[in-house]
Amino acid sequence: MSTDETGQGGAQAHEGAGEFQEPGSSGVPVQKLVQLITPSGERVSHPEFDLWVQDITDEHLCSLFEDMTVIRRIDVEATALQRQGELALWPPLLGQEAAQIGSGRSLRSDDFVFSSYRENGVAYCRGVDLTDLLRVWRGNASGGWDPYAINMATPQIIIGAQTLHATGYAMGIQNDGADSVAVTYFGDGATSEGDVNEALVFAASFQSPVVFFCTNNHWAISEPVRLQSHIQLADRAAGFGIPSLRVDGNDVLAVMAATRVALDRARRGGGPTFIEAVSYRMGPHTTADDPTRYRDANELEDWAAKDPISRVAALLERKGLLTGELQDHVRNKADAVAREMRKGCTTMPDPQPMDVFKHVYSAPNSWLDRQQDHYARYLASFGDPAGAVPGEGAR
Amino acid sequence: MIKEFRLPDLGEGLTESEILSWKVAVGDTVSLNQVIAEVETAKAVVELPSPFAGVIRELHEQPGTVVEVGKPIVSFEVADDAGPAPAGHAAPSLGLVPAARPAAGEEPAAPKREPNLVGYGAVVESSGRPARRPRIFAPVVEPADTESPVVEAADTTVIEARAGVPSGDRPRSTPPVRKLARDHGVDLALVTGTGPAGLITREDVQEFLRQGSAGQAAAAAGQARAGGEGERETRTPIKGVRKHTAAAMVSSAFTAPHVTEFLTVDVTPTMELLAKLRGARAFANLKLTPLTLAAKAVLIALRRNPSLNSRWDEANQEIVSFNYVNLGIAAATPRGLTVPNIKDAHSLTLEQLAEALALLADTARSGKTAPADLSGGTMSITNIGVFGIDAGTPILNPGEAAILALGAVRSMPWEYRGEVALRQVMTLSLSFDHRLVDGEQGSRFLADVGAILAEPGMVLTMV
Repeated sequence: MSTDETGQGGAQAHEGAGEFQEPGSSGVPVQKLVQLITPSGERVSHPEFDLWVQDITDEHLCSLFEDMTVIRRIDVEATALQRQGELALWPPLLGQEAAQIGSGRSLRSDDFVFSSYRENGVAYCRGVDLTDLLRVWRGNASGGWDPYAINMATPQIIIGAQTLHATGYAMGIQNDGADSVAVTYFGDGATSEGDVNEALVFAASFQSPVVFFCTNNHWAISEPVRLQSHIQLADRAAGFGIPSLRVDGNDVLAVMAATRVALDRARRGGGPTFIEAVSYRMGPHTTADDPTRYRDANELEDWAAKDPISRVAALLERKGLLTGELQDHVRNKADAVAREMRKGCTTMPDPQPMDVFKHVYSAPNSWLDRQQDHYARYLASFGDPAGAVPGEGAR
Repeated sequence: MIKEFRLPDLGEGLTESEILSWKVAVGDTVSLNQVIAEVETAKAVVELPSPFAGVIRELHEQPGTVVEVGKPIVSFEVADDAGPAPAGHAAPSLGLVPAARPAAGEEPAAPKREPNLVGYGAVVESSGRPARRPRIFAPVVEPADTESPVVEAADTTVIEARAGVPSGDRPRSTPPVRKLARDHGVDLALVTGTGPAGLITREDVQEFLRQGSAGQAAAAAGQARAGGEGERETRTPIKGVRKHTAAAMVSSAFTAPHVTEFLTVDVTPTMELLAKLRGARAFANLKLTPLTLAAKAVLIALRRNPSLNSRWDEANQEIVSFNYVNLGIAAATPRGLTVPNIKDAHSLTLEQLAEALALLADTARSGKTAPADLSGGTMSITNIGVFGIDAGTPILNPGEAAILALGAVRSMPWEYRGEVALRQVMTLSLSFDHRLVDGEQGSRFLADVGAILAEPGMVLTMV
């Protein structure tokens, strides 16, 4: 088994990649990838990180296996719903389950998550309602849920903008004197964005309790990570004076250990941490993308061998825990969740024309009331007193 | 209860998709999320998972058909409670298997598709009613047809070579070896692995390459398939600008009866004028070429021969005479042939015309021509002289009555003042739509253009 220790294998297939140096060959020290479970499911010990997951029992491990399987099922079902015309778009997370569950399950309920659009597995950990998860993607609402209900902001579509929101929120935590943490998720491509760099500067300057969780899935749509960075992404943090960790993002335990290290530092007043979780986007960028047009099938195959769920399954098998009972339980749970989500999606009522006025101001506003009144009368002029113009609001 | 599945917008803002193949037949019982079809949008090839559990009652469209979004494509007989039967709720098999790579031995591979990055928009564009594309769907023949340019013997070789590989799997190897194979254009499916459990090693690939250069018949045949020695033919799907150009050319060639006339002209005075103008202050920063002056000559000649600036409106049984000229200029761009036009060229001064021509060429070359500049042309010029060509029979830009091809300007022995002299000579080729333009009018127009180029001062007699 040739584990890609540099984690930069995703760029190997890129034509002309030879023009770019291998990370580490430029004289910059290379961080070793932290790994606790090998792709073949072997638990390897680590002098430092073992301590952070020593409380993880067999039972916990089974539950992480269940979580990862369930979010993969959610993801696959949502992809199918898009193909069936029930969703306008969906950004699959296939392959990134360990990164999302390992980190998402490390958070406290009073921590606050600012994510990109792909962290649907993290949202699942935060307890999001499955129907709410799909609202935006069905085009029925501009935000799926109340951020304060689950302490997770609605997904940010603008690449990297959420890192600034997280840093600002973290500065607020400092003012409150609380020990909660803001956690922000973004991808490899986002590290090239100005917003992310600004957020890193502010977080370092104010030593704010924020965790920068970068899922390096190797592809910024069709752009391989190697074109964006000649050094490992984790090493970019050093330039800001922010400590960083580089973990196998397909290893749920390693991700969990790293996240816990970062959270602990933030809670103790130690400031921000940058985590690079080296993973791989096994599916398309979104359902409107065809990755076979820009990346090699061999690359996908290489990463399939490092699948985050199969390796936990293999570990459970080694431990004699992967019983038929467990597998049935996990499968049934995943199917039930998928069924519930599908039902919530297909029975979601279409938004009504007057809904546009609902979330503009929290307090009454006479100017808006006037507009609302005018619009209601305009709709009524079509002869339907309910204000529901047929077809209006329907997709 | 019968339920219809209408083709959804599978990308963002797509209007149509092509059914590539059906994975089910009428009468089949399908479960929810079972893959029922493979569909190609302008962005990707995707599998369609069934939205219902039930029995297929009707497939509304044939493979190869381009279907508009919202049109029913399949009807299901489903249980009356409408909701998907829980028992039939299978986990969809999406994602892990790229749609463009069906498992071996299954459905034949579709013709290879050209890369088109996301966000670059549709490659294939059509509008209006769904069009049927004639296609041959012979599952057995097609792979050989599309993939293998060599004779049947090669296929036998391939099958034998593949026999050592577990069916349905791609050959086992390691990433560095795959890279080596890729760099040398070797298809690993043709290489016999000697490593543990049939693993293909670096030596195996090198051995395969050595055999290829030794010219063993079987290996060579196999290699041709793998592209090892360069393919004997390359198949490129007809799409994009090429497809558009072809459609336009066919429609033009077979609707407008073309007549082409030639005139060879001594353009030395025009070339002298060009040299003078290049030195003039008003043209200091402008790019002046024979095309600039020829375009001006065409505009002047069109005023005297308006029938060449008209359109045949078959639908309304009318002839549309334009009182303006949108002058099309054929441009070879990286994307293929386009004919952007200069709006209201008749009202431009020579400076403005030179400026417009330069801008048009730059814009076209960088592929940034706006769609509006590609439509609404009334007459066109194609400058084949830049390729060193003298004459040709240009095909009309659809909807236009005339197109003039400018040949190369050559130094040639020519009759001059009763003697033979070395003169600058150019051939003009004019094609026109004989429905709109008679030989007389076409000839007069061409003679006018020739007269101006032969002696620019003749313009004084024309305006």
